[in-house]
Amino acid sequence: MKAPLKWLSKYVDINVSPKEFADAMTMSGSKVEGIEKQGEELVKVVVGRIVSLEKHPDADKLQVSKVDVGTETIQIVTGASNISVGDYVPIALDGSSLPGGKKINKGKLRGIESNGMMCSIQELGYTRYDFPDAAEDGIYIVSEEILKEKYADAAKALGKDIREAIGIDDTVVEFEITPNRPDCLSIVGLARESAATLGTAFRKPDIKVNESGGDINEYAKVEIMDADLCPRYAARVIKNVKIGPSPQWMKEFLRAAGVRPINNIVDITNYVMLELGQPMHAFDLDKLEESRIVVRRAREGEIIETLDGNQRKLEAGMLVIADGKKPVAVAGVMGGGNSEICDSTSSILFESASFNGTSVRITAKKLGMRTEASSRFEKGLDVNNVVNALDRAAQLIVELGAGEVAGGIIDCYPGKLEPRVIDLQQDRINALLGTDISRDEMIRILRSVELGVDDKTGRVTVPTFRQDIEEMADLAEEVARFYGYNNIKPTLLPGKEMTRGIKTFKQKMEDRIRETMSALGLYEIYTYSFTSPDIFDKINLPKDSKLRNAVVISNPLGVDYSIMRTTTIPDMLTVLARNYNRRIEEAKLYELSYTYSKDNPRTTQVEGIDESGLPEEIETLTLGMYGKVDFYDIKGVAEGLLAELGITEYEFARETGNPTFHPGRTAVLMIKGEYAGCIGEVHPDVLEKFDISTRVYAGSIEVDKLVASAGHKAQYKPLPKFPAVSRDIAMLVKDEVMVKQIEDVIRKNSGKILEEVSLFDVYKGKQVAEGMKSVAYAITFRAADRTLTDEDVNKAMEKILEGLKNELDAKLRE
Amino acid sequence: MREQLENIKIQAEKELVNAQSIQELENIRVRFLGKKGELTSVLRGMGALSPEERPVIGQMANDVRAILEARLDEAARQLASKERQEKLASEVIDISMPGRKRSFGKKHPLTQVIDEIKEIFLGMGYQIAEGPEIELDYYNFEAMNIPKNHPSRDVQDTFYIDDNVVLRTHTSPVQARVMKTQKPPIRVICPGRVYRSDEVDATHSPVFHQIEGLVVDKGVTMGDLVGTLKEFARALLGENTNIRLRPHHFPFTEPSAEVDVSCWGCGGSGCRICKGEGWVEILGAGMVSPKVLRECGINPYEFSGFAFGMGVERIALSRFNIDDMRLLTENDVRFLKQF
Ligand SMILES: [Zn+2]
Repeated sequence: MKAPLKWLSKYVDINVSPKEFADAMTMSGSKVEGIEKQGEELVKVVVGRIVSLEKHPDADKLQVSKVDVGTETIQIVTGASNISVGDYVPIALDGSSLPGGKKINKGKLRGIESNGMMCSIQELGYTRYDFPDAAEDGIYIVSEEILKEKYADAAKALGKDIREAIGIDDTVVEFEITPNRPDCLSIVGLARESAATLGTAFRKPDIKVNESGGDINEYAKVEIMDADLCPRYAARVIKNVKIGPSPQWMKEFLRAAGVRPINNIVDITNYVMLELGQPMHAFDLDKLEESRIVVRRAREGEIIETLDGNQRKLEAGMLVIADGKKPVAVAGVMGGGNSEICDSTSSILFESASFNGTSVRITAKKLGMRTEASSRFEKGLDVNNVVNALDRAAQLIVELGAGEVAGGIIDCYPGKLEPRVIDLQQDRINALLGTDISRDEMIRILRSVELGVDDKTGRVTVPTFRQDIEEMADLAEEVARFYGYNNIKPTLLPGKEMTRGIKTFKQKMEDRIRETMSALGLYEIYTYSFTSPDIFDKINLPKDSKLRNAVVISNPLGVDYSIMRTTTIPDMLTVLARNYNRRIEEAKLYELSYTYSKDNPRTTQVEGIDESGLPEEIETLTLGMYGKVDFYDIKGVAEGLLAELGITEYEFARETGNPTFHPGRTAVLMIKGEYAGCIGEVHPDVLEKFDISTRVYAGSIEVDKLVASAGHKAQYKPLPKFPAVSRDIAMLVKDEVMVKQIEDVIRKNSGKILEEVSLFDVYKGKQVAEGMKSVAYAITFRAADRTLTDEDVNKAMEKILEGLKNELDAKLRE
Repeated sequence: MREQLENIKIQAEKELVNAQSIQELENIRVRFLGKKGELTSVLRGMGALSPEERPVIGQMANDVRAILEARLDEAARQLASKERQEKLASEVIDISMPGRKRSFGKKHPLTQVIDEIKEIFLGMGYQIAEGPEIELDYYNFEAMNIPKNHPSRDVQDTFYIDDNVVLRTHTSPVQARVMKTQKPPIRVICPGRVYRSDEVDATHSPVFHQIEGLVVDKGVTMGDLVGTLKEFARALLGENTNIRLRPHHFPFTEPSAEVDVSCWGCGGSGCRICKGEGWVEILGAGMVSPKVLRECGINPYEFSGFAFGMGVERIALSRFNIDDMRLLTENDVRFLKQF
């Protein structure tokens, strides 16, 4: 809401600088977004009159003019063609400056001296939106009427600052008004807040209507059919309407408030809306069939052409203003073209009404036309402001000489809304705020924003323009914001029961996961939770994959962000690709985030509220790396993490069927026999689609599965008292034999004295026959109760070697 | 014999002084004091001495042995020390060469900020509560006193799954869930990912993170809210930090405030971080609306509470001096390594 200070000052004394005013208003709850000083950048630009115009001797397109700027007559060379002798124009004098920092100095144009510049409206920093009378292309010719209105005699304007002359010299404060305070979407509402904030007087507009006789009831009738959506509808009739431009002062106010001046009638409706917060509408009375207004729900299929020229198909249930036959406006949203005022209009019916906010909001949304009026109505306007606004408009009609106000008013107001009355309860207010504010002070504050307080009973009467004040907490806020939020003494929950600030086991495990990832050299990433449906093809998922069944966003930012992800691998690959394509040699990354599974609805319930419409959210640890790494690096990360979490009952099983991954280099992680994740080298087909031409290793692990098995109770085991004996063996086995099989055989055959089996070499190549590989282990034996003898160890080794030979056809290498 | 012994002493001492290595010393020891050494051979002639002279000469020989052994030990010590010195001198390295790289990873800057804020509140007795990101409209809006078709919904552009399910626009639904399931005293913070349909640019992201806090107990005051936020701001930004509350409107709190902290860049005199204001807005807060308490089954006559919320990205951006929010989700390794 833009509030021009000159307008605001009609209703409140502002006794401080604009900056101080803005700060004070912000601190009392009317947040100031900005202060605009109109014409701030215009320096030394004055009103001049063209005295003579001659052709430039050496340039066809230039003219040499003499301009009277009050104190002198100066010569200016101009390229403009829309000017004539006698025109009043803005003159940027020698040494002047224009918006954007443009400086104007005297100089010569094609050899002829020029001592300034004539300005277009754009050069003054405005557009034809604000000044519709300005030439589309050329110098802004200031109308003599404007100057006469301001200076009585246009000639007296010569040499005057252009800002003053055309009324662009106000300071405009822009407020951010929260949706609970529609009353502050008005100059009067802001004046009320200003007065309470500054402690100065608030003057309500003095509204008096000079009626010209006749009886409105002879000219028009109003009927409310659907009072649930229209609690009040008031109308006045204006006869002998003279459409024309508004006076300069009104244009200046409107322009400063960001509203385009159009003609006196439209301007009056806008002016009243801005000043009092009540949207209004003017119908051409002669175009209303049967001279009737009927407020009713639309009939299915009814069509109206709105003022913006669009045909709108109405739905049953939308509230319309109709005449005897047809809709003439969408209530609270926009008027219809069929009843629009035009230059030949002679009688108008002014509408000032109250409409149900929710209904207006839904209608505007469905029709796709949020208007200034609808955005006000939807916040819930004061039903008791309706007639006030209507009278203000009638008063302005008379003041502007725009017509004659017919006698009387039609006011359909079936159920009068009474002000809410609540108890002051100053003890509870102080208890909520933690303050010790006296009852008198509270009463003073409440009265300053026009809440009525009965001294004796403490009953607070809340005017109907403050629908936001319903109970004690709301009064507490009113008291607090003028007492000063920052005068409330800080305390720290004194005397409250202790609460325990500790993390849950799961939260601790999440911390440990991150710490372990850091220790293992991985960097954490964050990616969006929504993605494109294309990614399933990119990671080679079969058409019938369950992962394709994603939660879909009904109003996404675009198709690329339209589904909630069911897998995090594509986002990891995208990040790896980005790094790779920026020529970063190595990346080792992880993410801790969620996937969303529509197939598994939530089963939780709180107070019987069904949550099965919500998907299960699966916390996932995603790994990804490229560079000097291979499968065993990503596996090492997984193993390191499992060790850090104290998980021992797990195994990695070969996975050949995951189409995202390399069929020979992928493993699933099974914890206690249950699937917990998958790691591997990413399939080259997939990498191609992500535009990566190096090997990439990735994987994902379900965090809940980790947490469920994580052991957190470390138990001390005595350190060994007797020495260990270590033997190395190397053997040849067929290539397809996995080391896991060899280890299993060793473990099975070595009895109780085995301490550790440790792989130290795998070799394939020249010295080894085709289809075979050499595998070498260090096997450590130890007994808890004695020193092992050679015999003990030899016996164990014999069994191991025999087992390897029999079960895996291994050949011992010497 | 006396003379012989004296000579042995003099001779040995002379050689000792010239000895250059432990080995040379050992040679001297063997030559003079060994089993076949000179001292031993002199002593073999003892038998020719008179019974009176024997103990005298014996004593003398022992003295010579003791002296020489002491000298030898001393010389050995000195030599060892000299050799150690020389070894050290020969082992000088270029300490300006770089240390061996150990590759540690790092937590994302957002995690770092979240962790720091969690720590502060854990220390103040808060627990950490979590809830779903895909949330019922009821918890996200209605329980927070934002009915369907209410203009307040415009403030938070919402992603809808269907009429009843949304991507949560704030972590407040977690507060509602906590209030419905726990009895006061309640002290929780709710960190998490939230969604609003803002186009991506340098200062907006449709996916971002919030941390909200909720305290409900008997007799909780707005003064407690102010004190808590002040304590928090000082812990996060430094002991000299001040806070300022401006009245505002949130449907779920009453009274409501926007909270500024004194600028950590300039301390209040105005700089780029605070756009010359001296204050930076980082929080929204207020006393839990009685409507919300009632909706969550808590009697506002018996209990009161406060709630606050902050955007993690915003704090991270200003804290690390990052000028573009998109960097946080780009995840360039060169960026991630900086924190
Ligand atoms: Zn600053």
